[in-house]
Amino acid sequence: MPMNPASPPLIHARGLTKRFGAFTAVDAVDFDVAPGEAFGFLGPNGAGKTSTMKMIGCTSPASGGTLTVLGMDPETQGPEIRGRLGVVPQQDTLDEELTVRENLLIYGRYFGLSRAECGRRADELLEFAQLSERGSSRVEPLSGGMKRRLTIARSLINEPDVMLLDEPTTGLDPQARHLLWDRLYRLKQRGVTLVLTTHYMDEAEQLCDRLVVMDKAKIVAEGSPRSLIEQYSTREVAEMRFAPGVQDTLDGQFNGLADRVEHLPDRVLLYAEDGEAVAVAAHDRGLRPETVLVRRSTLEDVFLRLTGRSLVD
Amino acid sequence: MTAPDAAGTPGLGQTPGVGQTRGAAVRAGAPSGLPRPGTPSGIAAAARVFEHRAWQYRRAFRGSLFGSFVNPALFLMAMGLGLGGYVNAQSPAAFGGVTYLHFLAPGLLAGSVMQQAIFEATFPVMEGLLWRRTFHAMYATPLGPQAIAMGTLAWITFRLALVASAFTLVSALFGATESPLAILGIPAAVLTGLAFAAWMGAYMATQRTPDKFAAIFRWAIMPLFLFSGTFFPVASLPASIQPIIWLSPLWHGVELTRGAALGTLLDDPFRALIHVAVLVILTVAGAILFVRNIRRKLAP
Repeated sequence: MPMNPASPPLIHARGLTKRFGAFTAVDAVDFDVAPGEAFGFLGPNGAGKTSTMKMIGCTSPASGGTLTVLGMDPETQGPEIRGRLGVVPQQDTLDEELTVRENLLIYGRYFGLSRAECGRRADELLEFAQLSERGSSRVEPLSGGMKRRLTIARSLINEPDVMLLDEPTTGLDPQARHLLWDRLYRLKQRGVTLVLTTHYMDEAEQLCDRLVVMDKAKIVAEGSPRSLIEQYSTREVAEMRFAPGVQDTLDGQFNGLADRVEHLPDRVLLYAEDGEAVAVAAHDRGLRPETVLVRRSTLEDVFLRLTGRSLVD
Repeated sequence: MTAPDAAGTPGLGQTPGVGQTRGAAVRAGAPSGLPRPGTPSGIAAAARVFEHRAWQYRRAFRGSLFGSFVNPALFLMAMGLGLGGYVNAQSPAAFGGVTYLHFLAPGLLAGSVMQQAIFEATFPVMEGLLWRRTFHAMYATPLGPQAIAMGTLAWITFRLALVASAFTLVSALFGATESPLAILGIPAAVLTGLAFAAWMGAYMATQRTPDKFAAIFRWAIMPLFLFSGTFFPVASLPASIQPIIWLSPLWHGVELTRGAALGTLLDDPFRALIHVAVLVILTVAGAILFVRNIRRKLAP
């Protein structure tokens, strides 16, 4: 395989496919992840993100295509690859019977680390996850955010080359999410390669250097958050909400106001370079929305443009 | 950082920069096909799974061990001595010249180890695959389905050995053992239990709920427990039924434990060997299925 020795991809996929019987969960996707990159899979539930992650994590065999992880073949070198990954699964897999610290210790043992080394790393990781005071407490009563932080700490015990994070903040309250993002951001700053899936566009924007948008088992776009927004959306959006029932009567009234108009069930989105100007023009036309919000375009808008649907239903 | 040569867990430590550069970022630049030193495989990998169970067991250890002694003591007292007193008085020769306590104790040994095995192969497997998903956590590391299944069976072996040893000790204290060969009843009972545990584990690994457990216990395990020569000789059953009993793995186990307790095990070594062979074959076949079913569940 010809690879650039300066920076060979850590993960390399071509035509990667996963089928379950007649159902195709991942349909011939291509992507590369470079060392030190924060790479995201953005898409709604059921887009094939988790299946892709499981193939990268060598816990689910590919049905077709090629995949190399850390230069190795998941089919034959799964244990060696897994030994160098740090996995944060979507669903917690902590042992609630053990204490916080014991969870880290035993996990280190799975990687073949000595007990002394496990202890040393566990203490550092508890510090990093801001769980030092909870080390001897059982896992069961911890909050969702604490459990997630413990799972992230656990995934670092083998000093992984790549971290795989599947929906790392799903189900957490905003404060816990921000705390978690802060920790992940620190890892990124230190050059740890992050691969994550999310259906939160703000998470993707905050953490990812580059991402692919997945929908219905396929990759529909790829780029940095900024380049995706530039390519698939306008600079600004004017969101207008109308009184119930009114929106359905407004067909055609938005023509020519903006570069593009999206009609969502509860609001109308008008895409333009200058959202404020659009709002004024709409007012001049006699449109009277109950609320108008002018904002920057986000990845949510990119997704809407690409698929005609919202990310979070 | 505690040690000057610390490799630096990525993202850790309070002082950025110094000592932090090895670790993920640097290694990341040089993917290599070489496994990392220390990546456990084979028996070492299964040993890690065993170790996990040992960590869990540390908290339950005292209560569980206490029960391992109390249960056989209660049973031998009530049935061996209490009920046995009447049985012995009615028909002194019914049990081949030994007291009912002597007859019952090895049967109960194999029977209760079987029951323990069924429990040990049900709930921890459900927990690992579905409830706490600890097997999934293991599978995100170098450990694979084989290590997980074999480590689980190794732990069950250990647990059954504890139960069988406690039982044998209590039997000896009750004067229910006739021979030093009784010590062989421990591996015989453990092997009996494993023959059940491997199949039960393999079956439960295919389940989404433990609902079938109650039915299996009621319709398979209890009848085997009652009719495998545990409480009364198989010879007292109708002749037409007796060959069916030979299909019971527990019967093979009881023949071994009873032979050990009464010191007659080696009188017919070929017969003993056949019992062992049946149980070994069952255990190996069940273990293969167990590994396969765990793999199917973990790596869809």
